Amino acid sequence: MSKTFTFALMDAPFENARSTTALRLIDLAIKRGYNVNVFAYEGAVYLPFAKQAQHANAVHGRSVEEENHPLPRAWIAAIMNEAAGKGIKVDWVNCGLCVDERGAGEAIDGVRRGGPADFWKFAESSDNTLVIGTK
Amino acid sequence: MAGYLLIESHDPFENNIVARQYDLAVNLVKEGNQVTLFLVQNGVLPARPGTCSSLLTNTARAGVEVLADDFSLRERGIAPSRLTDGIKAAPLSIVIDYLADGRKAIWH
Repeated sequence: MSKTFTFALMDAPFENARSTTALRLIDLAIKRGYNVNVFAYEGAVYLPFAKQAQHANAVHGRSVEEENHPLPRAWIAAIMNEAAGKGIKVDWVNCGLCVDERGAGEAIDGVRRGGPADFWKFAESSDNTLVIGTK
Repeated sequence: MAGYLLIESHDPFENNIVARQYDLAVNLVKEGNQVTLFLVQNGVLPARPGTCSSLLTNTARAGVEVLADDFSLRERGIAPSRLTDGIKAAPLSIVIDYLADGRKAIWH
């Protein structure tokens, strides 16, 4: 039986390299064949926000297509698709209170609403847990 | 003996806690544990020879395995062949491997 890892994320997207590193780690875990739980807390609930949109860059004179601005929701969807293709489980929980505070309810498919108790359950049932805090 | 994985994402110029994390790694080794200090993001900056590099060299000499994320090194133009003594470049995937081994992981 494949191992399962839990990652707790707290950073909002587009702000810190931690978000990118966290998604790299999750991707690597899936590439290794491990199941992954994600508990997104505070600003991290915006990582899979469905309304993230690409934009042009007027300063550099680039169109939307030329700018091709990367979106975390697309990275997460790609991670979930990769996992599904391999029969690997990704259970992504957005903290419900954090979602309500931020109006971040419109998440991509595969993300479910939960609470801190889900993080406890994840940690209890996982082979290992990594908490990536904001400091 | 327990295994620890300390992940350091800050550099000691911006954050005074970083040196304490290095000390934590050394003290865990002194207690008989197996310890890896994995540098990522700006945490790799002191891997380039400079005024704070001796902190990492001393950490390595104390028995801590000190690794620097090769992607973070490339982003910052630091050649893996020119790291300060005691530090090796490594892929981020080693974090996943150590999690699978049951290392106790602490992110800073």
